[in-house]
Amino acid sequence: MSAPAVQSEVIPELKIVQDATCTFCGCVCDDIDLSVKDNHIVEAKRACVLGKAWFLNHTLDDRPSCLIDGRPASLEEGYDRAARILTNGKYPVIYGLSDSPCEAQRVAVSIADWIGGIIDTTTSVCHGPSGMAFQGVGEVTCSLGEVANRGDLIIFWGSNPAESHPRHFTRYSLMPKGMFVPNGRKDRTCVIIDVRKTKSAKAADIFIPIKPRADFEALWTLRALARGIELDAQQVLSDTGVELSVWQDLMARMKAAKFGVFFFGMGLTMTRGKHANTEALLALTRDMNAHTRFVSKPNRGHGNVTGADNVVSWRTGYPFGVNHARGYPRFNPGEYTTTDTLARREADCAMMIACDPMANFSQSAREHLASIPYIALDTKDTPTTRAAAVAFNVATYGINTGGTVYRMDDVPIPLRPAFDSPHPGDFEVLTAIEDRVKKILGINA
Amino acid sequence: MSQTFILIPGRTSDQGCGISEGKFQPKYQKQIQSLQMSPGDMQRLAVKEGDWVRLTSETGSVEVQLVSAPKDELPDGLLFIAYGDISCRLMSGDTHGSGMPTSKGIDVTLEVLASAIANTSAIANSTAKAD
Amino acid sequence: MTTREYTRISQGTVYDPANGIDGEVRDLWILDGRIVEAPADPSIRPVRDIDAAGLVVMPGGVDMHCHIAGPKVNVARKMRPEDKRRSEVLHRTSNTHSGTMGAVPSTFATGYKYAGLGYTTAFDAAVPPLGARHAHEEFEDTPCIDKGFYVLMGNNHFVMQSIQNNEYEKLKGFMGWLLAATKAYAPKLVNPGGVEVWKSRQGGNVSGLDELVEHFNVTPRQIISNVTKAANELRLPHPVHIHCNNLGMPGNWETTMQTMQALEGHRGHITHIQFHSYGGGDADETTFNSKTVQLADYVNSHPNVTVDVGQVLFGETTSMTGDGPLGYFLSNVYGGKWFSSDTEMESGCGITPIKYKNKSLVHALQWAIGLEWYLLVNDPWRVVMSTDHPNGGSFLAYPQIIRLLMDRTWRQDVLNTCHPLVRERGVLKDLDRQYTLNDIAIITRAGPARILGLPNKGHLGPGADADITIYTPNENYETMFELPRMVIKSGRIIVEQGEIRDPLIGKTLNVQPDYDREVEPHIQEWFEKYYSIRWRNYPVDESYLHESEVVPTKE
Repeated sequence: MSAPAVQSEVIPELKIVQDATCTFCGCVCDDIDLSVKDNHIVEAKRACVLGKAWFLNHTLDDRPSCLIDGRPASLEEGYDRAARILTNGKYPVIYGLSDSPCEAQRVAVSIADWIGGIIDTTTSVCHGPSGMAFQGVGEVTCSLGEVANRGDLIIFWGSNPAESHPRHFTRYSLMPKGMFVPNGRKDRTCVIIDVRKTKSAKAADIFIPIKPRADFEALWTLRALARGIELDAQQVLSDTGVELSVWQDLMARMKAAKFGVFFFGMGLTMTRGKHANTEALLALTRDMNAHTRFVSKPNRGHGNVTGADNVVSWRTGYPFGVNHARGYPRFNPGEYTTTDTLARREADCAMMIACDPMANFSQSAREHLASIPYIALDTKDTPTTRAAAVAFNVATYGINTGGTVYRMDDVPIPLRPAFDSPHPGDFEVLTAIEDRVKKILGINA
Repeated sequence: MSQTFILIPGRTSDQGCGISEGKFQPKYQKQIQSLQMSPGDMQRLAVKEGDWVRLTSETGSVEVQLVSAPKDELPDGLLFIAYGDISCRLMSGDTHGSGMPTSKGIDVTLEVLASAIANTSAIANSTAKAD
Repeated sequence: MTTREYTRISQGTVYDPANGIDGEVRDLWILDGRIVEAPADPSIRPVRDIDAAGLVVMPGGVDMHCHIAGPKVNVARKMRPEDKRRSEVLHRTSNTHSGTMGAVPSTFATGYKYAGLGYTTAFDAAVPPLGARHAHEEFEDTPCIDKGFYVLMGNNHFVMQSIQNNEYEKLKGFMGWLLAATKAYAPKLVNPGGVEVWKSRQGGNVSGLDELVEHFNVTPRQIISNVTKAANELRLPHPVHIHCNNLGMPGNWETTMQTMQALEGHRGHITHIQFHSYGGGDADETTFNSKTVQLADYVNSHPNVTVDVGQVLFGETTSMTGDGPLGYFLSNVYGGKWFSSDTEMESGCGITPIKYKNKSLVHALQWAIGLEWYLLVNDPWRVVMSTDHPNGGSFLAYPQIIRLLMDRTWRQDVLNTCHPLVRERGVLKDLDRQYTLNDIAIITRAGPARILGLPNKGHLGPGADADITIYTPNENYETMFELPRMVIKSGRIIVEQGEIRDPLIGKTLNVQPDYDREVEPHIQEWFEKYYSIRWRNYPVDESYLHESEVVPTKE
């Protein structure tokens, strides 16, 4: 694990950890000052409401580090049982990883390789469709600091950062006084496009309420306008729920902007059309670069979901939903993605790392998961840990353990843990399981 | 009396905080079973905050408690619920070859339940299968 | 003493041009991962004796310009599942991870394939500082080879601002700081100034060395001259690695010539120079022609300049570059999917699939121009084999290039399959020079190691890293070089006849130059104003280096 030295000054009983990194959402704010007292974070300076809940609620607990079939067990027994489950399976699935550091993610991919299993991450039920769209048309994008320094037209589509990424506006997208937008918010126009008038819409200059499930039509309307194609006003209104003149006004602003930015969320990826929606948005962004500079970015959710995409990609060549059953990586969303393998009752064992499929998957997927032996790693008691054959209660990354996390714009950031946990971290647990798996399978890599 | 709606599950800050506080804690549980409805629809259906309703999709059925959506957040015909255990019961296992279940924009029918018949037992029902 | 575990490679035909050995039958002794003198005591026996009689022994290959790790490489992997799906796969074995190939192999596959080809060191040519941590993480998953990277500086705001303000010492301090903070190996300039213009307006770029970069009011020439001078004064082992402005454009040879002149006599390396050697005017393909003769003349008469070629091979690949406007240009030429990403304060990036066709005049000329470079630079120590992997083609094409250089009959045969005008627009048809095995040993290992300032690489003298490749001679040089009999890394046999035996991780090569620390508060002040991450979270600490070696600066 790469644990950078904790930069801290010790005042009796109170430890300050400066520039700690919050891993709750994809903003991965790395400017948090933590006050730690008696192995408890008492203050998380600069953290948002989600960040405060993250830092202040991950406290030491006296739950056992390992449960086998719901009964306390030693870690050694847990590792042994986990390795047996994974090596006995014919179709094992390893899933989750969006709240684990890259160092642990790498071990998880190794295990999937050795056992000939699937490695999949929560990307598949998050921005997986955006990943597929990117494979179709590419992506024009930038780091978040570019938005802060240059963005003068900021459009959020199907994304509600006021509730999902509370510091997005202040740190990256609307408020910062940047190099080429010296007056901050005053130099920017903010547009929100959504089916409901979210809390974020209140921060916008323009709110465009579109018809539910009409994102694809709305985006293609804009693509047509970008090309100067004439459209039937009546049809645009009935297709998108929005007057053509509103779209024309938006396109005029988009062309007039110096540096336009789309941030898009699960309003696109989770709604009918999915990757076709995001592909339309990525293609529109590309089109706009014939007129001005324009970029788009998915507002990624969990702390290190972007790291998971990166690690799985560099090790296998594919970003998620990777099957090793033939001894080498194959990729096919819908076939090798976890929710599908469970709903179709194909997987016969699983390891769920920092995720909660027993709460967030379809009923058919949950029922099958409950019927097969699986291992769960989580910092908290969840529906998934409760139904696991082996459950590891793990230390929290960024609070108890170090490592690396990728912000939603692929910028890797180190963690500065605040206090030790009696529980092992994901990296430790997965490494111990990998060692046993290798021994069982005669792997000596 | 059943009515057709489109359901949008999504993130709320209370639900996000609830994840860190613990999924079995009251705050989180309350969040994921509170269904937001527009004031217009509430008036039309003559329902009030706290009433229990049953949502049924192609796939499943859940019982949740109504709250009024904050002023003008929701247009009529649209319902909102914090994404979680309950909303996902309405989602199909079919991802149409994408890996992603259709988790937003779900067609549901809504029935108003006789006052408070469900309440606590609904909470129990919703989590029982997880064990 | 007697317990020391020597390995001996016996009676191989050794090519070690750095030590003046050109095909002599010799023994090589290895101890603790390094080459040593044969023990004076004749009673000492090696623990392992490798019989290399009849085989050719060379230092391990050194690739000084490829794209194998970091943010854009990884994007290129995940962008093209269709390329991976139809390509070779690497099966998991009891001692190796599985992997995928295609134009951009996965990390483990990259390491295994380099080693399988007899290469033991490789440098990624373009990493944005903000992505340095990512590159180091991938390096740890890229086994069998030693590796390092060049860090992008040519469009860095602090660099341009220092030049604008005539603060040369600040520039020099910043370069030292940035190399150390990112654990990089060398400064890299990519389309200096041009990428910043691309980031600031539609279709933006610079068209020549003296065009002003908006906002910063500096010219590409100023960036090149100042960075080169500072890099030499920092005594960096490889002072500066330059991707010139106007890559790929007809008529760009003049920019390239001016860039070499802008070095002002200091040491500098011009990379993938094939892409920068074109005559012809105003983006007019019908006038496209080779200017290799003029440029090679300059290189031949200016010993401060070295080049690598960036050979193009026919077929499909993925183009990836830190040159954002080039990515935009190529995506419009090919019309395929396009990725572009701008990194705050630092750099840009462009990725798009491309295909080189032998029947296309432009592509065939690019292929011929690459070969002209190898054949027109008189001193093989100053021209290095590269494909700019994967831009011109895969590193796996090196054996094919070797055959093209060593076998003029075959070279002319291939030329005859190309677009007929290639014979008129360049000089390849007139060049009958053939490379010898010694020449090949220079352009694939001894030369790049020397240009990189790596004292322990590229040769087989005492003290060198015991990175050794043993080939089975074959009259077809492509066959000879594509499947080494044995590859030894740090004294361990890592590959035998294409089979991975001992996939060690390899080490990271980086520099830690002395620089004026007084500059740091100035950098910090600038950094905190504009970056989206915290100053203290920016430098890459030691924990990311696994095994590493700090290569010393020049005496």
